[in-house]
Amino acid sequence: MMRKIAIAAVAALTLSGGAAMAAGAAGHIEDVDFSFEGPFGTFDQNQLQRGLQVYTEVCAACHGLKFVPLRTLADEGGPHLPEDQVRAYATQFEIFDPELDDFRPRTETDHFPESNLSNAPDLSLMAKARAGFHGPYGSGLNQLFKGMGGPEYIYSLLMGYTGEEKVEAGTTLYENTAFPGGWIGMAPPLYEDQLEYADGHSNSMEAVAEDVSAFLMWTAEPKMMARKQTGFIAVLFLSVLTVLLYLTNKRIWMPVKRKEKNA
Amino acid sequence: MAGIPHDHYEPKTGGEKWLHSRLPIVALIYDTIMIPTPKNLNWMWIWGIVLTFCLAMQIVTGIILVMHYTPHVDLAFASVEHIMRNVNGGHMLRYLHQNGASLFFVAVYLHIFRGLYYGSYKAPREITWIIGMLIYLLMMATAFMGYVLPWGQMSFWGATVITGLFGAIPFIGEPIQTWLLGGPAVDNATLNRFFSLHYLLPFVIAALVAVHIWAFHTTGNNNPTGVEVRRTSKEDAAKDTLPFWPYFVMKDLFALALIMVVFFAIVGFMPNYLGHPDNYIEANALATPAHIVPEWYFLPFYAILRAFTADVWVVMFADWITGGIIDAKFFGVLAMFGAIAVMALAPWLDTSRVRSGRYRPMFKWWFALLCVDFVVLTWVGAMPAEEPYATISLIASAYWFAYFLVILPLLGVIEKPQAAPATIEEDFNAHYGATSGTPAE
Repeated sequence: MMRKIAIAAVAALTLSGGAAMAAGAAGHIEDVDFSFEGPFGTFDQNQLQRGLQVYTEVCAACHGLKFVPLRTLADEGGPHLPEDQVRAYATQFEIFDPELDDFRPRTETDHFPESNLSNAPDLSLMAKARAGFHGPYGSGLNQLFKGMGGPEYIYSLLMGYTGEEKVEAGTTLYENTAFPGGWIGMAPPLYEDQLEYADGHSNSMEAVAEDVSAFLMWTAEPKMMARKQTGFIAVLFLSVLTVLLYLTNKRIWMPVKRKEKNA
Repeated sequence: MAGIPHDHYEPKTGGEKWLHSRLPIVALIYDTIMIPTPKNLNWMWIWGIVLTFCLAMQIVTGIILVMHYTPHVDLAFASVEHIMRNVNGGHMLRYLHQNGASLFFVAVYLHIFRGLYYGSYKAPREITWIIGMLIYLLMMATAFMGYVLPWGQMSFWGATVITGLFGAIPFIGEPIQTWLLGGPAVDNATLNRFFSLHYLLPFVIAALVAVHIWAFHTTGNNNPTGVEVRRTSKEDAAKDTLPFWPYFVMKDLFALALIMVVFFAIVGFMPNYLGHPDNYIEANALATPAHIVPEWYFLPFYAILRAFTADVWVVMFADWITGGIIDAKFFGVLAMFGAIAVMALAPWLDTSRVRSGRYRPMFKWWFALLCVDFVVLTWVGAMPAEEPYATISLIASAYWFAYFLVILPLLGVIEKPQAAPATIEEDFNAHYGATSGTPAE
């Protein structure tokens, strides 16, 4: 009885824990099959590089990535750009240097710039600051199978413009099926054939939205691959340890239990 | 140590005798590790070790995190990102610490419910139970203050809501709230004192854990039958018990390793599943999140807090009879703390002479319902304050109180318990096939 109750309680608690994230969902979140989903999912280095291009050419006009050090663009498990490319990339952003009392080009030890517009949120952590798939019934169960839904939220937001506009208190709002409340201040940032990828990858709107969502997942969770690897090794070794301890425990208890049986 | 009769440490060599006459530390360790433990303990008796491990893990990871964390409103959020991005292994440390809190609470709830089912709270273990409840309260305080430290949106607004509870106390509420916050609102002073206390309280918990263990090492462990170990002689006691080392150490370590497999899978593969996305947004006093939700382990009591709204007749009655001193807000606060208080009072509310729920046919069902109730409360605690969740949380909250205040006292009177085995040995042998009728091979 107690055992059944305990198992049921653990299961229910673990699951209802996800319900903590249930609140606040409103828009429609499209499930995208990202390469980094699941315990063995990894970032696609080429996709991250394409996503960086989208960020630089489109998002960076307004949004910043203030928590992301530029040098991490060279990291393995990330875009993994050659170091000279990172150095060259960094110089396109300026930073005020108090020592020089002047602006200078950024170096790889600086961070990405902050947002240019006060109402454009910083995107460093956006893929973890948003979620989708809160159901069913707010249990958060879906997140076990589809992922937390952060990058999917970004993808759905970029793809979710209906074309409707309205002006409210002097501000133009755009209808968006993913945005909570349905109306967003950001004008549709993506359109077809907006940019060319050097690697010849499809530049359809879907592909571009997917790439930049993946890139923002990396900016939010740059150590994801290292983390999953650690997790995998830990689970593997702990499983072996569990088996050994199981056998040890069984061996230790055997005389006690057997003696009683044969008493 | 008083308690179950067993062999004690005898210093043999000159060196051992020299130390023993000056500091009997080896004897203390020996008696603690070799304590006679009821041999019929089942798998619900492993959570103590898991909890001890959690406390150690939280302290170790916490101390390292502090080396890189900055408790200042302008720097805290960025310093956490610094840990996640620049500190060697920092992301693992932080995820271990963050999810370690969840494991801690999973274990403590199972530990508490184990005690509730097997009557571990009953005489002579009331002190163990009360100390346990104090540990649980301190755990909640520590976890709450720890959640404020990353200085995300949920940190800030959670702190605002929870300290606001103290503001609901009539007359002296507002000064108390200001005193807790160190100012009129959650700000740098709040962050600093929460940081200080978040570092301090785990060590208070560690001390209380020692007292908790001391207390039940004096009374002896409870066990699934609720029958006491025979203390008539060392030989009788030995029939009911086995030394903690190696039998239960190995059993507990096996269970702990298995739980660690699951825990590391969560930390490695879905570390943010139990967290709230809003906490990855830096705290902003000007933007209130759409829904302020506490961490999952507070949800049952958060549900009770919110259940008693001004349109509930009990609340209206309390408001009327106290001339408005107990309004809906204060009633909710009283209900939330009362929900834990009634649990702490279980040793005196339970009137049954039988300790273990295993031999209480009616109690079993009411207890099962309490488990369901707890899960329902956890779920509605995360839901917005609207129908049908408001009604569900009211019914679930009512049952929580009814269980402790009505059902436990009444059951002892009306229930006809089944016969418990005379000894632990009898129960153990019944499980492993050695009744007196079984012929020897």
